[in-house]
Amino acid sequence: MSLQNCEESLAFQDSFAIPRTGCAYTVALAGNPNTGKSTLFNALTGLKQHTGNWPGKTVVQYRGNYKHQNREFTLVDLPGTYSLLANSAEEQIARDFICFGRPDATVIVVDATCLERNLNLALQVMEITGRAVVCLNLIDEARRKNIVIDHLALESRLGVPVIPSAARSGEGLGQLKEVISLVADGAIRPEPVQLSYPAEIEQLLEDLGRRLPPGLPSWVNRRWIALRLLDGDRTVADWLSKNSENNPTGRRIS
Amino acid sequence: MSTQATDFAAGVKLNPECNILTAPEVPFLHDQIVTAIYARAEEVTKNVASAAATQTGWDHKIDSLVTSRIFGYPLMLALLGTVFWLTISGANVPSAMLADFFFAVEQHLTALFMLAGAPAWLHGIAVLGTYRGLAWVVSVMLPPMAIFFPLFTILEDLGYLPRVAFNLDHIFKRFGAHGKQALTMSMGFGCNAAGVIAARIIDSPRERMLAILTNSFVPCNGRFPTLIAIAMIFMGAGALGSLAASATVAGLVLVGVAVTLIVSLVLSKTLLRGTPSTFTLELPPYRRPKLTDVIVRSFFDRTLFVLRRAVIVAAPAGALTWLLANVRIGDLSALAHLAGWLDPFGRALGMDGIIILSFILGLPANEIVVPIMVMSYMAAGAMMEAESLTALQSLLVGHGWTWVTALNFMLFSLLHFPCGTTLLTIRKETGSPGWAVFAALMPLAVASLVCLLVAQAARLAGLL
Repeated sequence: MSLQNCEESLAFQDSFAIPRTGCAYTVALAGNPNTGKSTLFNALTGLKQHTGNWPGKTVVQYRGNYKHQNREFTLVDLPGTYSLLANSAEEQIARDFICFGRPDATVIVVDATCLERNLNLALQVMEITGRAVVCLNLIDEARRKNIVIDHLALESRLGVPVIPSAARSGEGLGQLKEVISLVADGAIRPEPVQLSYPAEIEQLLEDLGRRLPPGLPSWVNRRWIALRLLDGDRTVADWLSKNSENNPTGRRIS
Repeated sequence: MSTQATDFAAGVKLNPECNILTAPEVPFLHDQIVTAIYARAEEVTKNVASAAATQTGWDHKIDSLVTSRIFGYPLMLALLGTVFWLTISGANVPSAMLADFFFAVEQHLTALFMLAGAPAWLHGIAVLGTYRGLAWVVSVMLPPMAIFFPLFTILEDLGYLPRVAFNLDHIFKRFGAHGKQALTMSMGFGCNAAGVIAARIIDSPRERMLAILTNSFVPCNGRFPTLIAIAMIFMGAGALGSLAASATVAGLVLVGVAVTLIVSLVLSKTLLRGTPSTFTLELPPYRRPKLTDVIVRSFFDRTLFVLRRAVIVAAPAGALTWLLANVRIGDLSALAHLAGWLDPFGRALGMDGIIILSFILGLPANEIVVPIMVMSYMAAGAMMEAESLTALQSLLVGHGWTWVTALNFMLFSLLHFPCGTTLLTIRKETGSPGWAVFAALMPLAVASLVCLLVAQAARLAGLL
């Protein structure tokens, strides 16, 4: 990542009240409630933590720093949510940060003992960003319950790296940090397997995707933007009208 | 470039143009998106995780029964009915015993006042007003509460209430409300003020307002004993009496839920327009209720709390009622004036002026409506030694009550304005006195309308 990129992405993160620490990578931590997300956050950052509020929201923002191979990483703990369809303030914060905060990597913490429910969120995150890493947490508890998960098969089905871990005992954290660093660097470029919708919706997505302003920033996932617009998502429409260079009037679309 | 932008802007204008773009072509678009996500999650899981990962435990089996499309609702009704039946058939005997005890004490108190040479007005306020009011509250309401609350607490502790919310979720959504409103409504069965506060779990302001405004349509702790007592008296006669009485109370709960839904729908089409949002509800694991917890929480937190509130408010209300009944303006008491003034309204709703006056004086707490009513009736002439529910029955029948009156009374109690505490809570939660006033007037209108219809139907059928 060049310095210029760094400046640019930091500018975006300003609106999320993430202060710059040199030119650290920003890593978002997403996951369902009760998946050991906070344990992982504490295990990675230790005592280097800061607490604040998400701008304009009464939701607490936790962030912390850690070093890996002489690179500084800022870890942002997103609110625990079951989905990103933006039904609540928490979901909206998580969603907006993953999309518009442009983290260098997003770690999705997944509870290995109830994989299916947790994958719902993971799939939604992977719709937004390709820079995703799945942390298959609570793997020790899953073992105790005789649940066997083929994490390599999971990796190939999802199209993003999957790291089994047990944050409580520290198992797998070294590998996780390494993979985060590779994804943030761009050394690994995950290609998440996209969800396929009924043909009708796919057709609409394609139409709408083509009609999106061509000048959108390259990092924006146009398919996802189209999907959100189709679903009637007001905040995405607002963002689009504010950030679209092709909207000469600058007026808000909603 | 600019045409493209305008074209694009026209295409995604969200309301209402976007709906025109999407709605006719893709029905249930949001549901289809969610379905696609869930289907993929299921497919991936099936292929990478061993069978043990999918729940097959006993609690899962119970859940599939309790929340099933076929058995969910009948089971819910059966449980509710059983709880009421146990309460009603169990409360009769201790109720009579308590009444006997209190009125034996009353005679001693009267004797004591005579002995001390106390003036008649003091004896009136203290014994006939305050003490008798308290005795009524305790003997009529304590036994049903002491049975009902532990049973309800057990259901709560088992983890059944979230399942109820789960069952009701899609109904609420169909009526324009948030699925979580099923949860806040369940809280309202305990206490409407608590239900109003619980509405904080709903994020959308529109849907939270719906939940707040309709919460009082389900009977709270303060009104359950009232409903149960009146149902016991007027629907509980005969061999199948307690069954009929339980069915009546269960039916009233259903009416309350139905009105909640209808009012939610009407409001979401008028004052609070919008579409419901989705949410995830995690069903907590079933837990064996801890006996001591059940006893402590149902007895101290609920029974004694309700009773204490009833007593604290009923005592001054009893004194006030006695004063109203004994202060004469012209040749009638103040109470008679007020009741007479309200009488046409009460009659139209199939009740009478005293009942309406009791509801108004009972604004501080629903628990005291029956005591105030009883005191007013007694003060209005028929002074009687009330011994038990049968005595209450003859008092009410003596004042022209029929089961139609009882039905209207129960419906009015179910649907009328929430108690003062709840209204204050609504004011605080919505930050608006206007909504609080609306929260009082809207249910009053609903209750009046329903009672008017029932009374009218009874008149046509020649029952009134």
